[in-house]
Amino acid sequence: MAATRARLGVDIGGTFTDVVLETAEGVRHSTKVLTTYAAPENAIVEGMARVCAAAGMAPSALGQVIHGTTLATNALIERRGARTALVTTEGFRDVIEMRTESRFEQYDLNLTLPEPLLPRQMRFTVAERVTADGSVAIPLDRREVEALADRLAEAQVESVAVGLLHSYIAPAHERLVREVLAERLPDVSVSISSEVSPQMREYERFNTTIANAYIKPLMASYLGRLEQRLADEGCTADVFLMHSGGGIMSVADAAAYPVRLVESGPAGGAVFAAHVAARHGLDRVLSFDMGGTTAKICLIRDGAPKTARVFEVARSYRFKKGSGMPISIPVIDMVEIGAGGGSLASVDAMGRIQVGPESAGSEPGPACYGRGGERPAVTDADLMLGKLDPANFAGGSILLHPERSAAALHAQVGERLGMDTEAAAYGVAEVVDETMANAARVHAVENGEDLSGYTMIAFGGAAPLHAGRLAQKLGISRVLVPPGAGVGSAIGFLRAPFSFEATRSVYMRMNAFDPGAAKALLAELTEEATGFVRSCDATADVGAEVKLFMRYVGQGWEIPVALPPELVAAPDAGAILALFEADYARLFSRIVEGLDVEVTVWAVNAATAPEPVERVDQPPAAAGRVEGKARTLFDAGLGQAADAREVARDAMAPGAQVSGPAAVVEAETTVIVPAGYDVLCQPDGCLDLVVAHEAKEDAA
Amino acid sequence: MRLSDVALQVIWNRLISVVEEQAQALVRTAFSTSVREAGDLSAGVYDAEGRMLAQAVTGTPGHVNAMADAVAHFMREIGVETMAEGDVYVTNDPWLGTGHLHDITMVTPSFLDGRLVGYFACTAHIVDIGGRGFGADAASVFEEGLRLPIMRFAARGVVDRTLLTIVRANVREPDQLVGDMHALATCNEIGHRRLVETMREFGLADLTKVSDFILTASRQATLERIAALPRQSATGEMTVDGFDRPITLRATVSVEDGRIVTDFAGTSPVDAKGINCPLVYTKAYACYALKVAIAPDIPNNHASLSPFEVLAPEGTIVNAVHPAPVALRHIVGHFVPDTVFAAFDQIVPGLVPAEGAGCLCNFQVSLRPTGPGGRRAEVLTFNSGGSGARPSADGLNATAFPSGVMTMPVEATEHAGPVVIWRKELRAGSGGVGAHRGGLGQHMEVGALPGHEFDIQAMLDRRDHPARGRQGGGDGAPTKIARSDGAAMGVKGKQFVPEAARVVMAFPGGGGYGDPAQRDRALVHRDLARGYIDALQAREVYGLSADDVEAVLAAAKRGEAG
Repeated sequence: MAATRARLGVDIGGTFTDVVLETAEGVRHSTKVLTTYAAPENAIVEGMARVCAAAGMAPSALGQVIHGTTLATNALIERRGARTALVTTEGFRDVIEMRTESRFEQYDLNLTLPEPLLPRQMRFTVAERVTADGSVAIPLDRREVEALADRLAEAQVESVAVGLLHSYIAPAHERLVREVLAERLPDVSVSISSEVSPQMREYERFNTTIANAYIKPLMASYLGRLEQRLADEGCTADVFLMHSGGGIMSVADAAAYPVRLVESGPAGGAVFAAHVAARHGLDRVLSFDMGGTTAKICLIRDGAPKTARVFEVARSYRFKKGSGMPISIPVIDMVEIGAGGGSLASVDAMGRIQVGPESAGSEPGPACYGRGGERPAVTDADLMLGKLDPANFAGGSILLHPERSAAALHAQVGERLGMDTEAAAYGVAEVVDETMANAARVHAVENGEDLSGYTMIAFGGAAPLHAGRLAQKLGISRVLVPPGAGVGSAIGFLRAPFSFEATRSVYMRMNAFDPGAAKALLAELTEEATGFVRSCDATADVGAEVKLFMRYVGQGWEIPVALPPELVAAPDAGAILALFEADYARLFSRIVEGLDVEVTVWAVNAATAPEPVERVDQPPAAAGRVEGKARTLFDAGLGQAADAREVARDAMAPGAQVSGPAAVVEAETTVIVPAGYDVLCQPDGCLDLVVAHEAKEDAA
Repeated sequence: MRLSDVALQVIWNRLISVVEEQAQALVRTAFSTSVREAGDLSAGVYDAEGRMLAQAVTGTPGHVNAMADAVAHFMREIGVETMAEGDVYVTNDPWLGTGHLHDITMVTPSFLDGRLVGYFACTAHIVDIGGRGFGADAASVFEEGLRLPIMRFAARGVVDRTLLTIVRANVREPDQLVGDMHALATCNEIGHRRLVETMREFGLADLTKVSDFILTASRQATLERIAALPRQSATGEMTVDGFDRPITLRATVSVEDGRIVTDFAGTSPVDAKGINCPLVYTKAYACYALKVAIAPDIPNNHASLSPFEVLAPEGTIVNAVHPAPVALRHIVGHFVPDTVFAAFDQIVPGLVPAEGAGCLCNFQVSLRPTGPGGRRAEVLTFNSGGSGARPSADGLNATAFPSGVMTMPVEATEHAGPVVIWRKELRAGSGGVGAHRGGLGQHMEVGALPGHEFDIQAMLDRRDHPARGRQGGGDGAPTKIARSDGAAMGVKGKQFVPEAARVVMAFPGGGGYGDPAQRDRALVHRDLARGYIDALQAREVYGLSADDVEAVLAAAKRGEAG
């Protein structure tokens, strides 16, 4: 998608709406506007006016607006959706309420389970049954659905989700329900599970379909208003939406499948990191995004963020797995940790320092904000350790009070553990970095990856303060901090291809592999996925990536196996098995002899070709060491305060170098360079932190 | 400055993460349904003395103490002086491991620069171990399958082929079992590598200082919690259905100086069927019950567990000795917490819940074709009744307690064999009444595809002994099981189901807590609107007027929030 006109990237976040304008020549203008909850389009229009003014162009000159939003996620978390009903198979009214029948926290007698999206009286059943092979055991009677329509009308529903057992393989009954409801209740929107999420596992599929139905009227109305407002402002650009899988889709598809918009903001961040990775030719990257309340970690291999087929939103209990609701759609696989600048520190019964997930938020904020916060947050520890300049925080907009940080750290941590304030601050910073490192390691193990040899790409307000130490803990020897990191997601939107992933659960064992059926299924999925992309761009080259999810028969986890085009054209059991075994051995260091292998899910991701990147291959011409000024900085690796350098990021021209320990300060944040690392400014403005001896070897 | 304390804190966190990584690796690679779906596994790290320093929190508390004790058995049986780098040891001995032959435990010594610095252990429930298969029908442990005494699985990195050959010849799914054994060994290896990295990062030659720090802090925190309790002793008792005859569990809990002793004297003797518990499994659940009540935030390790002492006379069903059959020891084990709570509630009222469904409502179906063209299959499902109401909250609907396992999706179950689950939904009216309502049980209905018949191995309880309410709360509804053609069925044992017939089951509700007259009216309205209770219960137990009932039901029909 070579841009011939200016494009606008818009990320509606919880606090700020980020707007980025990029001209056809690649010049960027960005701004942050407070999110306007009641009418989110207002913030967009204001942001658009600002960046257009900065760029000296009228909104009518914009060619595209690409938009990602937390509105869908927030509607699910805050339960602000439409009056919605579920129609499901008789005998299975309570699937979304019974969940996995387990407690997500073993050690809490007073555990509360999250309420399902729909209460029981809004869940209706029809007599019908399809079995696992797709055959009909009990046919659906049209008259029963007609009678049900009257009950739905009485219940004043605005939106209906239809989820029937085994519909992913036999969708006829769900389609019949939709047909009857369309006749009887023409104003009611209907979402069917065989279209929204055609995957086996009824809890995930039903919940995803309900979530889609629940937010559909809200999102459709918002998207309609947005297009109108933009038109009113003279902006006639095509509007596209970022989806959770890391691509963009049309407004019409977004209105029909709004559940795919969930987590689209963070997905933009991962796309942003992937683009930086491609620019620097990096094939193994850990993206690290840390803000005020959470940190997000994502693995990027060969320029593509790792994806998953199911994730959890609206976690209700300390970010704990199982405490939210599952959404099964193609999604960029991210770990979210309750660790940010505002995360609060405390000491537990064993005398252990604990940090997060409870957060001070922006009000009262960390103790150093001087707004009444009395508990120490990560930002307080960072301030005490010399990582932050009290007079120059958030561009000088908030004056920090070190003495309040010291008092809070002393009262809540130091006094209880017999540590002085500096040691307490060190302890808090170490614990939060360790927590993030542990989450990253467990995530790597889950993906069969070893993080040594990875490069970290750090963005988000708090990430540059912690990235260096986190890298040390993970054995990562290189960290890139790109410019524009504060609006990374919105920039990421501008880098995303048009894409759509179609998936289907169809079980096929390799010892009974049917090449004809496999070929037909893949062709059908390719057609479906490509169709969505074509609706955004009728002329671009559209490529299709095919993945089969495979496992040994008897296992519960599948691994994704990518099929090359020749195997898509002519599927062959032996060749596919060999690919599976190679991937399995890479992940788990062995294969299992004597067991049959099966395919469970077939996935085709159609996408336009990614924008070509300008590679940063050559190291910049050495521009010499920048001395900056002296500053004291606590170095966590050394475990003590050290004499360090302070340099303004603006003073770092391409090729300029500084040796750690150092602080590179900019308006939004500070990049901390640990002792033993050198930082070099790359031609694209990325700060490149490298373990010092490696830097010397490179130079040699 | 005491910066070393910061490092020790970081290392403690790291060890807890290491065992999580260990457990994750196992979940990803195991074949056993109960490992991957139900989290029936454990992983732990130990110091050179064999004291457990950290344990992964997984789906089952049943391994809690078993894991803490296991490494000491291995050190004794193998001989520390004979241990070498690359060794891996194994056992599935119910009395040295985790209570039945279906759990395999593996222990790996961890060497740093040639010096033994610690151990890793992990346990997983495996698919099959031969014998009669997973059920209560064996007369002794000899019929329950292959028993591996504590022995070397690998010596100096070389796997014992003779052992594997014997294992393969004695089990129904040899490839899967050997796959799981390798997965266990790999999972310890992952832990070991991470420990070595950590020790090098912090310049540690051994774990002595780390171990002292973790164990001292944990012991102190646990003792503080115990010291805050009244020094009292109380006895609680609970009777459950058992196999052929009822079983009475009796526990005397005594809060003493620096320890809590739980004594099961007075409990029924061992049963002829395989529902007996080795003491190690009883200890795990007794200990879990007390820890979740008074010290839920203190992580499991040698020091936090050791103040909880558990005694039971030999030959009681909670201290079954060799060669008693023990395959389904979870049935009795899952009732241990409610028994301990019955005693503990008298010492500290208002803390623990009413009785719940207790043991999981599991069943296994063995399907076979009645004519040509069908297929044979074994399908095991995990299901839950309602949990007991809490002193300040309702019980949880269809949610496991004390077990932490998950159910499987119906669609996945139906892919595993020619079985049809016709119904799986909440059981209205089954929660014990009270100011706080017991959790609802569930309905399940199971049949086979046309052309098949099956045997069902039922592992249910609480038909004759429903979950009792507390403080004036009512009992939960009892278990029901019958065939759709009207034939009576038992709650336990293998029973035949002919083609076209179904098994119709209703799993028990949890007990209620407090006087139902005191229940918040808004919650009664909500329960009625949702159908958790019916109109009759709403009027007669909770005292709603006929007009109120009508108004609530009408509002529900109009789709108004309830």
